[in-house]
Amino acid sequence: MEFEPVIGLEVHAQLSTKSKLFCGCSTQYGAEANTQTCPVCLGMPGTLPVLNREAVRMAVMMGLAVEAEVRPRSVFARKNYFYPDLPKGYQTSQYELPLIEHGRLRTEPEDGEPKVVGITRIHMEEDAGKSLHEGFGEGVTAIDLNRTGTPLIEIVSEPDMRSPQEAVAYLKKLHSIVRYLEICDGNMQEGSFRCDANVSIRPMGSEEFGTRTELKNLNSFRNVERAITFEMARQQEVLEDGGHITQETRLWDADKGETRSMRTKEEANDYRYFPCPDLLPLDVPETLVEEARGSLPELPDAKRERFMTEFGLKDYDASVLTTSRELAGYYERVVATGADAKLAANWTMVELLGALNKDGRDITESPISAENLGVLVQRIEDETISGKIAKQVFEPMYAEGIDPDTVIEREGLKQITDTSAIEAVVDEVIGENEGQVQQYLDGKDKVLGFFVGQVMKKTGGKANPQQVNQIVKEKLDARKG
Amino acid sequence: MVRELTLSRIRQGLREKEFSSREVTQAYLDRIEELDPRLNSFTQSFREAAMAAADAADERIARGEARPLEGVPIAHKDLLATVEGRTTCASKMLEDYRSPFDATVVERLAAAGAVVVGKTNLDEFAMGSSNETSYFGPVRNPWNTETVPGGSSGGSGAAVAARLCAGATGTDTGGSIRQPAALCGVTGLKPTYGRCSRYGLVAFASSLDQPGPMAPTAEDCAHMLGAMAGHDERDSTSVDRPVDDYPGALEGDLSGKVIGVPAEFFTEGLAPDVERAVRAALDQYRELGAEVREIHLPHYPYAIPTYQVISAAEASSNLARFDGVRYTHRTVEPENLVDMYESTRAEGFGAEVQRRIMVGTFVLSAGYYDAYYLKAQKVRTRIRDDFAKAFEEVDLIAGPTSPTAAFGIGEKAADPIAMYLSDLYTTAANLAGVPGISFPCGFSEGGLPVGMHLMANFFREDLLLNAAHRYQQATDWHTRIPEGF
Repeated sequence: MEFEPVIGLEVHAQLSTKSKLFCGCSTQYGAEANTQTCPVCLGMPGTLPVLNREAVRMAVMMGLAVEAEVRPRSVFARKNYFYPDLPKGYQTSQYELPLIEHGRLRTEPEDGEPKVVGITRIHMEEDAGKSLHEGFGEGVTAIDLNRTGTPLIEIVSEPDMRSPQEAVAYLKKLHSIVRYLEICDGNMQEGSFRCDANVSIRPMGSEEFGTRTELKNLNSFRNVERAITFEMARQQEVLEDGGHITQETRLWDADKGETRSMRTKEEANDYRYFPCPDLLPLDVPETLVEEARGSLPELPDAKRERFMTEFGLKDYDASVLTTSRELAGYYERVVATGADAKLAANWTMVELLGALNKDGRDITESPISAENLGVLVQRIEDETISGKIAKQVFEPMYAEGIDPDTVIEREGLKQITDTSAIEAVVDEVIGENEGQVQQYLDGKDKVLGFFVGQVMKKTGGKANPQQVNQIVKEKLDARKG
Repeated sequence: MVRELTLSRIRQGLREKEFSSREVTQAYLDRIEELDPRLNSFTQSFREAAMAAADAADERIARGEARPLEGVPIAHKDLLATVEGRTTCASKMLEDYRSPFDATVVERLAAAGAVVVGKTNLDEFAMGSSNETSYFGPVRNPWNTETVPGGSSGGSGAAVAARLCAGATGTDTGGSIRQPAALCGVTGLKPTYGRCSRYGLVAFASSLDQPGPMAPTAEDCAHMLGAMAGHDERDSTSVDRPVDDYPGALEGDLSGKVIGVPAEFFTEGLAPDVERAVRAALDQYRELGAEVREIHLPHYPYAIPTYQVISAAEASSNLARFDGVRYTHRTVEPENLVDMYESTRAEGFGAEVQRRIMVGTFVLSAGYYDAYYLKAQKVRTRIRDDFAKAFEEVDLIAGPTSPTAAFGIGEKAADPIAMYLSDLYTTAANLAGVPGISFPCGFSEGGLPVGMHLMANFFREDLLLNAAHRYQQATDWHTRIPEGF
């Protein structure tokens, strides 16, 4: 039997506020343990939370970016459970009345059609601390509460995705948006952007959902894809063996490449949610929504559309160039130098991104400035160099961070466009290859390429290929008499 | 020397340099040392810090820089966080806990010049109506040391009644200021929810808790409230609204004021001697020019069960932080993490606290939330609506504070329901959020004080203080001091 998966994602994004959700402590990552804490985020007796309005503004921006509704009144609730790194014994979150509901996101899977994924809700909550199990001796756990109270948004999707690739495309799009909005640094390694996946499978064509499992600890795009792929196969095997799927939470083990059971629904917590009596309902005035709307940057979809109309790019190219705000900005700066937009797109995507990917670098770390790449593209356009030579120019630009004209000058790569100079070389080649001349005269037109090749070889590839073609043909045809 | 003096009188005497803060502070500290062993109303006293504060106050007075409560010795309920000493909440759980910060009301009273002589005993985590649940043992009522002082601010009530301090803070979740004020024969005011900051008040039930003053007279309470009230950025539920001039509001005439008396108050649970005293007080109010008329608060009888559900629910969550992980009591050598939680909490919390945590956990649990917690919230709205409607017609609502005068130690300890009924008349004000005041209006047949209870609309503390003050000008119940103290 053929199965299809039903996938929904829950994404936690850490908001880039300077201070925590309910107190003034810093949210800076990596400080010495427990140095960024105060009585409030430690949950000391008598302390009370005070909501960080900047976090609300950021969450509202996210809501607007995914075309969602911002609730004029939402409510913070307490989610009660005991855990050593949860100082108050409850997490302040939103439950029944979240800040944001009913959004949608267009995604572009790499090998598939663009697709719209529904967003059920986005709610605000505080992060917990960290338990450290290593380095303190056998059976000893230490607690670092620096992260406690860090503002998060949880973005819950509809179960709309039907393949691991679609899930990854959705996640990448969300990742791109939070970074466009500058509300989250998107660092998956540090956990500022993390994802749980709800996965079930059902017979192809079936309308009913199967029993789902929740996959945790997916800390990279690649692991999301791997974990879902593994889980689909595991569930299929269970079903084909006549078993049934247990609703449970499963942990992804990236080293072993498998998911394993963490806890089943039977032992799941009863969180005893209830409205937090220490916080008033969160009223978001229309003015705040308008302010957030006003501060929205151009988002990937709008940018993609504009790149297509303004620069004549294809959908795919425009999508790639708009994956991040930094990349799109880089590309726009290349074009701003006066470089041809399509050629600039090719050079940015193929050569530059190729090189960066190989090095595991980000566009922001590009050794070639947008301005220099723009000049390189222009040197192709104004025929100073050929496209082929341009690749030779690109390499030292990338390696040394220098501008293209310096490279062209230094390495003598300037294209030969002087007709008489080219004619001299053509004459030389014709003189040296009488046999091939005869072949041409006998009607073998293909041999023309041989002469062009020889000329290019003698000029070190610097001769203008169009001119070479033309001159070779003229000279040979002249022999025909 | 301080035995006969009210807070207001001490305040005045200090300003007029009849005596020094050093003298009165010393006198109170000596009284605590001498008399408190019979009452157990303090968990600790701060002789050194108090004397230093008194000297500083005397210097300010000498320089003519006296602040509103400059040099006046008061005590804080040990549910309020203080940097000085320990913040125990009368629990084994927090026996040695030192707070890194002061509660906002503690800070404000200090900023007004008050001198803190110590911290008063209470029911553990403010859960109780008799002060018998304290880890440090029961507090005794100075009017009869075989009886309870009421609770949970019983230590404050007893300390003020025995004149071991000029005034004290209390906190009121379901009557915890007013009921002990009544049983101890002092004046206690629960402000409007949000009038005083809860920051630093160790939470029992966040949506009900409110700190307030306890002192011999309404005038005393007016001075204390003036210093305590006001918006606090650290408490989102504190209201940003100007603070009234409470001392300035005391003298207003009561003629034309309408006092509503709910028929629902005079039920069979009300002791006849308490009813007699309260009815006599109502007559007094007629003499003072007020109109007294019967009104109805139809949902009043549901206040106790509603309060029990909501307060327990919030308490179960608020007390989760006492898990032995970061501070305070932790069980010795737990087998594993779950055992650490369970043993720590089983050892650290007393029976009443455990009972309420369990009730609260139950009413919030997935299958019962709608039937209990949600239902209680709906009833709470009805109770609030009853008040809103009543205050369209009347300025004040009057009745007894407590159905009986002080009862014997141990008398109701085994019967939680009977104990919960002590708060019959007070809890509705917390559910609605309106202010209430209790002050002495007579004595029971056994010679124990009886309290009169007034409630007013939101932020009408001025009316409550005014009405109590006028009554106290016309009567002398509030001037009685228990014999032997």
